[in-house]
Amino acid sequence: MDKALAGVKIIECCNLVAGPYCTKLLADLGAETVKIEEPGAGDEARKWGPFPKDVPHPERSGLFLFLNTNKLGITLNLKNRKGREILASLVKESDILVEDYPPRQAKALGLDYEVLSKLNPKLAMCSITPFGQTGPYRDYKSYCLNTLHAGGEGYLVPAGNDYLDRPPTKVGNFFADFSCGLIAAIGMLAALYRANSTGLAQYIDVSKQEASMFYQRWGVVRYANENLIISRATEGYWFGGIMPCKDGFIVLWCVQPQEWERLRRLMGNPAWTEEEKFKEFGSVILHGEEANAYILEWLVNYTAEELYHMGQEAGVPFGMVRTAEDLVKSEQMKAREFFVPIEHPAVGAIEYPTAPYKLSENPWHVDRPAPRLGEHNKEVYCKRLGYSKGQLVRLRAMGII
Amino acid sequence: MNVLEGIRVADFTHAFAGPTGTLILALMGAEVIKIESAAHSDVASRDPQHARAMENVGIFHCTNLNKLSIRLNLKRHEAVGLAKRLVSICDIVVENFRPGVMDKLGLGYSALKEVKPDIIMLSLSSHGASGPERGYRAYAAQMGPLSGLSYITGHRDGPPAPIRSTADTLAGVTAVFPILAAMNYRQRTGKGQFIDCSAIEALSICASDILMDYTMNERVRCRDGNRHDFVAPHNCYPCKGKDKWISIVISTEEEWKAFCDTIGNPGWTKDKKFKDGLTRWDNQEDLDRLIGEWTRNFTSYEVMRTLQKAGVAAIPSFTNEELVKDPHCKERGIFAEVNQPHVGEQIQMGLPWKLSNAPKVPIRPVPLMGEHNAYVFGKLLRMSKEEIEKLEKEEVIW
Repeated sequence: MDKALAGVKIIECCNLVAGPYCTKLLADLGAETVKIEEPGAGDEARKWGPFPKDVPHPERSGLFLFLNTNKLGITLNLKNRKGREILASLVKESDILVEDYPPRQAKALGLDYEVLSKLNPKLAMCSITPFGQTGPYRDYKSYCLNTLHAGGEGYLVPAGNDYLDRPPTKVGNFFADFSCGLIAAIGMLAALYRANSTGLAQYIDVSKQEASMFYQRWGVVRYANENLIISRATEGYWFGGIMPCKDGFIVLWCVQPQEWERLRRLMGNPAWTEEEKFKEFGSVILHGEEANAYILEWLVNYTAEELYHMGQEAGVPFGMVRTAEDLVKSEQMKAREFFVPIEHPAVGAIEYPTAPYKLSENPWHVDRPAPRLGEHNKEVYCKRLGYSKGQLVRLRAMGII
Repeated sequence: MNVLEGIRVADFTHAFAGPTGTLILALMGAEVIKIESAAHSDVASRDPQHARAMENVGIFHCTNLNKLSIRLNLKRHEAVGLAKRLVSICDIVVENFRPGVMDKLGLGYSALKEVKPDIIMLSLSSHGASGPERGYRAYAAQMGPLSGLSYITGHRDGPPAPIRSTADTLAGVTAVFPILAAMNYRQRTGKGQFIDCSAIEALSICASDILMDYTMNERVRCRDGNRHDFVAPHNCYPCKGKDKWISIVISTEEEWKAFCDTIGNPGWTKDKKFKDGLTRWDNQEDLDRLIGEWTRNFTSYEVMRTLQKAGVAAIPSFTNEELVKDPHCKERGIFAEVNQPHVGEQIQMGLPWKLSNAPKVPIRPVPLMGEHNAYVFGKLLRMSKEEIEKLEKEEVIW
């Protein structure tokens, strides 16, 4: 099978979600990715769940297993001078280096573009940090929850007037980090494409704040261009939205007048829709609350599944509010093979989400599950860098690997 | 030379998600030609007849920067012929009609591959180009709930929360990744390909840990405010002013000590309820209340500066106003002024990364509809002025 990124060599020095997701995207398309972890502890994600049966184990974190498919894993202590020398020799023969340490710490660990690009003049290096490499906040700390708020999305969730006295809530668990990792991966592919056509090294400074703001690119500039401050209160739906039904929740949202016409027909043209204010869609949206109250009376007779398919068949855009279970069991996801089983020595075969795209020439494929801590030390240090087995033992004794 | 200089894109996208994807290509220096027509109106468009016109125009303005625009009425088969001629001199085609529409128009991948064998074509749709729900309609409002993300977002005692415009932008950004992967593949092998991209799946993948909890443990995770599995405090706290909040996460003992020192070690910080991470998590409601009593005396910026100085992750829940005015954003050069047709000076944002060794592409205004007819049909496709005028009269170039 042809791999889109066959022959591309990546070094990853990252923890948790954003950086590892960036290189996972590349590794899943065939880039040979070496993940460098701290000896002993390893990637922080190994401590984070979910774990099978909720029993924590560094080789069984669902988060880590998902984020590190198709990677080789080695341990290397970058706090040690010899460790940094080894890093430099790995970088010399790689195309891409991705790291996510705070700017000051990165340099101390040898993750320094000025130095490394001299060793490898074609290197594309990416640093992923909370606020980028410059500016007054460059050394600020930010966990995923903070990043969501740094980019402006956090302030808007949950949309609507119902919980304004309570704090805004997060999106999913790691939404901000996944979406930043995606942006970094795109930046890397752009740099790689350019490096291949020009032979020039590239340094890519990815700020998680800017990545998050990119997703809010319309909302953010509305202040500058319309003098409008958006908030949970302004972001609520003016018609439809997420509404209760017989067995859960359904979402209804119309944009085009004909969608409202179809909804009227689907509900059996009830008398209330004959009222002047509900005749035209343009007027319905001005009386959204009233319309919703009527629609709700009809919705509660049906299950979410019924409404979803019945609506869609009639051209009315209903959506189900799916749980993880609904998604895994959905006929659509099954038909698209969105989940595939992957076998891992420490956890057996488990279904993993795959990818949100399908390349006709380069099908998504897992050749190897996430690495166990230091699993590929021998392969990388001995085969690639030429260390002997004896030297490997001594490096281990010295706490370097 | 820009990253994608010399790369030409035929952009059949409309609304919000698709144009966000081609925007990134345009901002990287590709020549993106947007195909529009007076014959079919776009949801997010220049069309002021639409419901909430200004919003739609705002979306159009932030997603179609740096693009060229031509008019082609694809309901006419002469226009389809011209579209094919255009594709024959393009590298990439991006479209977000409902699955099957491009095929019906005679512009499906197999037809385009005939005129340009190494074409890279991406179809972006809500549900994807296959499966029983192929062709179902969904806007951002439906995509969040269908992806599984809404169910795990919001208050524990409240309904699932919508994922608003982010659903669209995430879908658009997601589409760029496989396009660039295919570009790298074509650079090496000379082969093009077809890419099927689903917006709902783009959102679902961001909930992978929660999906894995189901496939591992059959656990259906529900929304739970800002709660983290084992870190506390992990929440947003009220600050001075109306609807002002600061997000604070304290994950290590070192951070906890720095936090207590910074707020002056009030008596409650020594309570054994809060002596370690385990007990802080168990007593997080009390802890959240006490932290909130401290934060509400200050502005969110004051809390950020004080706590960050001590090494504690505290970031305000920035409003769009704060971001536009923020000194860090200013120094990073996130915003640029651009003179947009009909509306004048605007502030817009460029690419979310900085490349050291490539010139920054200046942000250019959105095109007028058909602004580049002469360049594309005349110069690129070498059509005569008379021929173009004739097709304009016949409502083909329309």
